[in-house]
Amino acid sequence: MKKTWSIAFVIILTLSLALTGCSSSKKNGASGGNDDGGGGTLIYARGGDSVKLDPATVTDGESFIATAQVTETLVDYDKESTKVVPGLAKSWEMSKDGKTYTFHLEKGVKFHDGTPFNADAVVYNFNRWFKSKDAKTFAYFKSQFSGFEGEKEAVIKEVKAIDDNTVQFTLNRPQAPFLKNLAMSPFAISSPAAIKKYGDKYIEHPVGTGPFVFKEWKRNDTITLEKNKDYWKKGLPKLDKVIIKVIKDNSARLNALVKGEVDLIDGVNPSEVDKVKSNSKLQLFERPPMNIGYLGFNVEKKPFNNKKVRQALSYAINKKEIVKNFYEGTAEPAKNPMPPTIAGYNDSIQDYDLDLDKAKKLLKEAGYPNGFKMDLWAMPVPRPYMPNGQKVAEAIQSDFAKIGVKAKIVTMEWATYLDKLQDGQAPMFMLGWTGDNGDADNFLYALLDKDSIGSNNYSRYKNEEVHKLLLQAQTETDEAKRNDIYKKVQEIIHDDAPWVPLAHSKPQLAGKSTIKGFFPHPTGTQSFADVTIE
Amino acid sequence: MAELATNTPPSSPEVTPENEKVISPWKEAWKTFRKNKIALFGLGIVVFFILLAIFADSIAPYEMNGQKLADKHLAPSSEHWFGTDDFGRDILTRVIYGARISLWVGFVSVSGSIIIGSLLGIVAGYYGRWIDGIISRIFDILLAFPSILLAIAVVAILGPSLQNALIAIAIINVPTFGRLIRSRVLSVKEEEYITAARAIGMSDMRILFHHVLPNSMAPIIVQGSLAIATAIIEAAALGFLGLGAQAPTPEWGKMLADSKDFLTDAPWTLFFPGLAIMLTVLGFNLIGDGLRDALDPRMKN
Amino acid sequence: MLTYTIRRLVTLIPVLFGMILIVFSLIHAIPGNPAKVILGQQATKEAVAALSKDLGLDKPIHIQFIDYIKQLLHGDLGESIRTKAPISEEIWPYLAATIELSIVAMIIAIVIGVNAGIISAWFQNSWFDYIAMLLALIGVSMPIFWLGLMEQYTFAIHWDLLPTTGRDNIRDPVEAITHLYLLDTLLQGRFDQFIEVIKHLILPGFALGTIPMAIIARITRSSMLEVMRSDYIRTARAKGLGSFWVVYKHSLKNALIPVITVIGLQTGLLLGGAILTETIFGWPGIGSYIYEAIQNRDYPVIQSGILVIASIFVLINLVVDLLYAAIDPRIKYR
Repeated sequence: MKKTWSIAFVIILTLSLALTGCSSSKKNGASGGNDDGGGGTLIYARGGDSVKLDPATVTDGESFIATAQVTETLVDYDKESTKVVPGLAKSWEMSKDGKTYTFHLEKGVKFHDGTPFNADAVVYNFNRWFKSKDAKTFAYFKSQFSGFEGEKEAVIKEVKAIDDNTVQFTLNRPQAPFLKNLAMSPFAISSPAAIKKYGDKYIEHPVGTGPFVFKEWKRNDTITLEKNKDYWKKGLPKLDKVIIKVIKDNSARLNALVKGEVDLIDGVNPSEVDKVKSNSKLQLFERPPMNIGYLGFNVEKKPFNNKKVRQALSYAINKKEIVKNFYEGTAEPAKNPMPPTIAGYNDSIQDYDLDLDKAKKLLKEAGYPNGFKMDLWAMPVPRPYMPNGQKVAEAIQSDFAKIGVKAKIVTMEWATYLDKLQDGQAPMFMLGWTGDNGDADNFLYALLDKDSIGSNNYSRYKNEEVHKLLLQAQTETDEAKRNDIYKKVQEIIHDDAPWVPLAHSKPQLAGKSTIKGFFPHPTGTQSFADVTIE
Repeated sequence: MAELATNTPPSSPEVTPENEKVISPWKEAWKTFRKNKIALFGLGIVVFFILLAIFADSIAPYEMNGQKLADKHLAPSSEHWFGTDDFGRDILTRVIYGARISLWVGFVSVSGSIIIGSLLGIVAGYYGRWIDGIISRIFDILLAFPSILLAIAVVAILGPSLQNALIAIAIINVPTFGRLIRSRVLSVKEEEYITAARAIGMSDMRILFHHVLPNSMAPIIVQGSLAIATAIIEAAALGFLGLGAQAPTPEWGKMLADSKDFLTDAPWTLFFPGLAIMLTVLGFNLIGDGLRDALDPRMKN
Repeated sequence: MLTYTIRRLVTLIPVLFGMILIVFSLIHAIPGNPAKVILGQQATKEAVAALSKDLGLDKPIHIQFIDYIKQLLHGDLGESIRTKAPISEEIWPYLAATIELSIVAMIIAIVIGVNAGIISAWFQNSWFDYIAMLLALIGVSMPIFWLGLMEQYTFAIHWDLLPTTGRDNIRDPVEAITHLYLLDTLLQGRFDQFIEVIKHLILPGFALGTIPMAIIARITRSSMLEVMRSDYIRTARAKGLGSFWVVYKHSLKNALIPVITVIGLQTGLLLGGAILTETIFGWPGIGSYIYEAIQNRDYPVIQSGILVIASIFVLINLVVDLLYAAIDPRIKYR
């Protein structure tokens, strides 16, 4: 017995010595691997895994990054804006009253499983969502089209096939951003045959008409996609293979890019942008901003029920310094609750500039000559609209101290944070929003209308005039008139100051300098069809 | 996690022979301790950090939260010995103030564990039977969890803050002391003088506080100083995961977490706070070792 | 021995049950609705309510607990709320990653620790002894997350020698069979990948192995000193036979018991608490699996994940206790 033990022990010793020995001898030659250098494979690294690969059933950006390669929508966004362009539907008409849309589909398109894409397939997909009445599974359908079949607030009344290549949507009421909604990734068309075949497991086996065919999914690691050789857009895609890889830590991801382990990454820390700029083998991509990071006040709570207090604090924040230091130039200072890339943005608004005297004066008028003490909630996780909420909060804390407002930074886990904010527990908080469809309604109505209190109106801001205008804009199909309404709304909100809009951040991506044809889309989702790499 | 197990020795009753007379004069222990150069060195480190903590206001060269964004990430120099962080704050200053926090967390959380652990341990050991059964099982269960996971769960419930981290750390160390006291009580309980005390009608409380507890002081002190070391690391670990101290508190673990992204560009932001953690912990570990040699005759060579 | 083993196993049952109860009540006390986390910031209230119902989160808490216990008794660890995949399938790759890292860390700790301890004792009071024991003291006091960062700075950023994240080369990923990559690459005869995997293991392995290494070195040294004072060695030395190797061989055996104790105590902690190392080195192990589940409020994953870890920990300790008896006949069990 004893002998066996000592023998085992000696074996372990020698084995491990051998292991450490051979590893140290091979230390050099780090960045190895079979780097073919050809135009074949693109490895895209990002911070989190997809949740599911059936686009209709998810709401998170990481899922869409993958599904947008496999499945396509009827209409699409333009390369760098949210202008609507043809997708699987090559053209469409809207009736005068804005209640009927007729789409003419591309002919001869096939799903990856060989079944044809046609009007029936579109109707099948829409009915799958529309008739399900299942708000938890098809959450985006519910939120963008307000409801399911037969529900009185629902936008869509009926979807039917006119002929093999023509689909008609009938609406209960006009919806101004209808086409923009249709262009969103969750409304991409899947193969009806595959949905039937895989049933519950369709979330792991997406089949669409897109430039890449789904191959394999290793959870929390990689999603492998291969070229769709029969893609209906001739000459595309240019890559043979796309691997979407999860590397959680931002710095580690950049490090992997520098070492050549991956080709393209998202989520570059603003503080590390210079590292990319100074490296001739790398290039930087800047996603046009479609977000807003802000400091919100709970207008139901004292002292923030007083407009003057909110304005005073707006004057106290050194927005320029914050943007410079914590976004490191990867954002523009915000003055409105929506980004300038969206139609209806009111550029004539004069922001509250840093002015401590004015701030103190307003505080005094409001009855707080010596300031007050208050909790400042800061989100615990980096978000695209605010790469470092904690540090921005620290800077704001120090700004507020100058006018006698003593803020205590409070934080909690992300899940708890959102829950408690929704309950209206936070007096003053950091938050933000990334747009879904590039429409003003998706910012102003979603975030600041009284209907949204308890969901995304965390400030609990309630203004009847704003409410009236926002509802009017929802059904206004004349673009110019609609934009005027939104501009008016922004004026009122600016004066009421339920938020201090901080920044529209421009999320940074980085890739090898040999990458061409890649355009980061404002929505966060883009096709790799045009991308080449040497 | 590995570093949480530094205070392991007295954990397995089977291999720890009960030690003999421990109530021996404290003076003798100090004599032994004094001769132990390494332990004195540890004491020196701890005293140094305690002094830093007490006189932080007069020692620190800059203001603790003095943000000066223009001075971002200055390398160590004669003006800023330890350099500056991304808010342009002096790192030396923050490390000095950080000593306050770490020492405070260490002492308070361990005191908490000792009080609660002793209470439970005494009850379990003295009354035995089913009470002992329940309490000992709870200790077993708590010890079966990886302690950092337990701490994370507790903080997740209470919300991340320095105070809650302190509570979590106190909770995870309770069983260590509970078991220790319980085994002391069990061994003392059978001693003749206790039987005698009981025979002359002394109350349970009196026996416990006048005879049992004093007899358990030595191992508690040894274990306590080692536990402070562990507690400081645990607090820093929670701070590092964003579950402990909150901005702008200059807690060492939190400082590391805040500067993690600057490893390439400004390594000094990470070097000094970590070094401070290590030195403080080293100090307490050395003291603990020295105390064990001094108070525990069995370990004397 | 057999009765002892059986008795230990039986007492495990209430411990495991208590653990399940504690974990269950702890995580349900954590504020934050998992449905909300899954659906994200954009979700509507109705969707959140519907999903909560679907997940059984609207049921009274004791019913949820009973359901969970019933499920466990059927050998079912449940399925992840987030990914919908069965946990028993999902957990293995993570567990394997942690096991591989822990084993490597332990090997590093044992090889270096034991040898350093023996040499220190042999050359007691030499400069080697002083330096080794000073390093051991520092090692015991090391915050591993800081050590990990410093390692990265030195070996990956400053000298660019070793990879800092992940387990393999992304461009040439290991085909998983057992998910223990060292084994998988050998089974496939891919020695180039084997080396690559080792390279990925070195930095986190050292970070995780430092503390046990320091403890082992100190324990080995003191047990070796005892051996050297023993009559047997004294006689041998007097006769001129006390060469280094005699003592070495003898002490190796003597070092076994303390080393096994440390392995028992540390391995469980390594398994569960690798969270920090895994965070720093982007290691896809069980620690980060559970940590992420806590953030996502993925109740079944937290419950079953912690349960699995704690069970392994408890079992390892049982095995260690049994090993004592096997190695050292002087140790008897009640």
